[in-house]
Amino acid sequence: MKRLPQISFLPDGKRLHLQDGPIDLIVEAKASANEVRAAYEAAARRFTGLLDELCEEIVELRQAADPVRTPLKGVVARRMHAAAAPFAATCFITPMAAVAGSVAEEILGAMTAAARLDRAYVNNGGDIALHLAGGEQFRVGLIDRPDREGLMRTMVIGADDPVRGIATSGRHGRSFSLGIADAVTVLAKTASQADAAATIIANAVDLPGHAAIVRLPANEIQPDSDLGARLVTREVGALSESEVELALEAGADCARFCVASGLIEGAALRLHGKTIVVEPRGAGNQPLHENRLEDLVHA
Amino acid sequence: MSTEATSAAIGDKIRCDACPVMCYIKPGAAGACDRYANHDGQLVRVDPHIVLERTVEHGGRLVPFQSGGDWDGKLVHQPDVFVTAIGAGTTYPDYKPAPFIVSSEIDGVDMVTVVTEGIFSYCGVKVKIDTDRYLGPETATVRAQGEAVGHVTTSEYGSQMLSLGGVHHLTGGSKKEGRVTCDTLMDLSNCKPVELAIDGGATVVVQAGKAPIVNGIAEERMRVGCGSATIGMFAKQWHGKVDEVVVVDDHITGVLSEHQAGKLLDIADTGIKMKGRRSTPGRYFQVADPGTGWGGTNISDPLSILGPFNAREARPGLTMLMVSTTGEHSSYYELDEALRPVEREMPPDLKFSVERIQENCEPALCTVLFMGGAGGSLRAGVTDNPVRLTRSVKDALTRVTSGGAPVYVWPGGGITFMVDVTQMPAGAFGYVPTPALVAPIEFTMRLSDYAALGGYMDYVKPLASIRENAEIRPMPLVPGRRA
Repeated sequence: MKRLPQISFLPDGKRLHLQDGPIDLIVEAKASANEVRAAYEAAARRFTGLLDELCEEIVELRQAADPVRTPLKGVVARRMHAAAAPFAATCFITPMAAVAGSVAEEILGAMTAAARLDRAYVNNGGDIALHLAGGEQFRVGLIDRPDREGLMRTMVIGADDPVRGIATSGRHGRSFSLGIADAVTVLAKTASQADAAATIIANAVDLPGHAAIVRLPANEIQPDSDLGARLVTREVGALSESEVELALEAGADCARFCVASGLIEGAALRLHGKTIVVEPRGAGNQPLHENRLEDLVHA
Repeated sequence: MSTEATSAAIGDKIRCDACPVMCYIKPGAAGACDRYANHDGQLVRVDPHIVLERTVEHGGRLVPFQSGGDWDGKLVHQPDVFVTAIGAGTTYPDYKPAPFIVSSEIDGVDMVTVVTEGIFSYCGVKVKIDTDRYLGPETATVRAQGEAVGHVTTSEYGSQMLSLGGVHHLTGGSKKEGRVTCDTLMDLSNCKPVELAIDGGATVVVQAGKAPIVNGIAEERMRVGCGSATIGMFAKQWHGKVDEVVVVDDHITGVLSEHQAGKLLDIADTGIKMKGRRSTPGRYFQVADPGTGWGGTNISDPLSILGPFNAREARPGLTMLMVSTTGEHSSYYELDEALRPVEREMPPDLKFSVERIQENCEPALCTVLFMGGAGGSLRAGVTDNPVRLTRSVKDALTRVTSGGAPVYVWPGGGITFMVDVTQMPAGAFGYVPTPALVAPIEFTMRLSDYAALGGYMDYVKPLASIRENAEIRPMPLVPGRRA
């Protein structure tokens, strides 16, 4: 018998909730009622068995990615590898770094293939795949503190923007980070690319050897972690203002490189209440432009 | 379908088969999903609904839900199953699955339980420490790991109260202060031991349901009464066996021969001269400074609270028992020719009376009440007109529980409640890094009342459907918790 995921609506009756093992998706589509229903049915259909598909190749997915080749077969697994590969020559990265974004992309793809949607999103625990038809836009909020009302900043992503993926990585999330960033939010053309890049940039926000940072081998916490014995951040003690800036600047360097290489469209890096925003040169029409930078910094 | 997760042990790790990821999970850790964890070698579900079922077949003991009380029995009188909010997910959008609204038919009456986990930035714990020892001055700062997490508040009968947490320490101070406060509240609420240092006072290890450890020494007993009360309780037993008894107490030291109880037994004056301030006959305040010695004073030699005996009433050979309010300290004296008390071996029947004091002292415990306020957003997750939920609670149409445990709802505005953490299931509390505590809270009411207060009727699920999708397991009995 096939193991069934949990499929239900959230109390607002609009958003679909899909959960299976560690995958937890919130889905919403905007279109006529028939189209939305068709899209949700397609999402639920594609979601069923997706985790099993990934787990068939779990051993390979947990290995360091090769910059060029991959023996992976599954369409989601290959997307994960493709997102990780650009970083593989210079960093340690496994396809698992892009699992959340890649799954979100897959479900969104199934929905848009089945129905004509004005706009839609698949939010996989903060890694989000977006669909925008002409004239539509998304307002995306960055929250500093989820227990309080009010957003730190709202970004507007229009159909004309190249951004279709948003991902956030940092040391507070469910997966481990090699760095100390509280959160790195990345905008990219796809959710899988955003996911992989957010992981790498969050790893780069760091103060190697700093005494106030507690690190533990990942496999001492989760024996089968894809990070093996690499040291992951467990706690970050007090840091001086200049140390916070130094760490953020190290991450920003990495983000600038990603922007220059065309891997991402922008990033916001946050550590101990300070934020740095990285975006393309002269990006007046980008979602994260200059005056927003100021808002972010002073929020 | 039900998730009947099983596990295989590999060394101290277990392998979870709840889903095909098949995580290896170390003791104390959770799998990739954060839903299943290894608790002392057992696979337990930590995130989703915990459904309590009274099934003896499971062979486990359950945390009682709503035992006794005057609540309308037609609604939820000893139901077979109660859904707790632990793992229900918070109501904040897109973070976790939204809360479940469960309906159950019991005795033909539809009942609704709205199950949610609240994120409480406005929360704290009230700690009652049964001890006569001096823990520190009132209003002194209480610290954990060097950070201010609360303060000393009033002394109550045989106990010292602490007030810890609250929004001031959680969010008003430094980032570290907030984090340490959050950790302290969570550990105390989850019945774990926490070391607290009081400015200008003692260091005390507090664990709900356990004896306090003051400056490294475990407290054993709570005082039988104040010094004066002890005189009153034991005067008859001492009559004829000893000439004078002093019950040493930092609050009210009692003296048998001067006390009303002694007078009634015609006990003769002994010429004793007490230090401190006489309140009424045989009752003395401030015989010494507060401390961790005899009866919560700072003395180790009880004779230091006596002045010279008055030669007009005293006589050589006069006998005197000095004892603390817990019977933990005691000495026996006889006056010599110069009317100076000299310590002697205590006669057996006086030893017996000291043991009787000890026997009448209840075990000293730390008790922890979690206190939090159900705020706007939490109530909005329950009904589209949040104030009606508040009114419904006040009108006793809606019963509030926390992890299935009964709560006391503070009168006045809002839904501010207190709950004894030892009555809640293990691991009921979590946190978010903001920092704030995540605590379960359930609202139970008649289905018709739920509709009347603007409930989300479209999302009410029959209990049976939750039972299909959630793991049902008996709550394990954790030592120190009531069952």
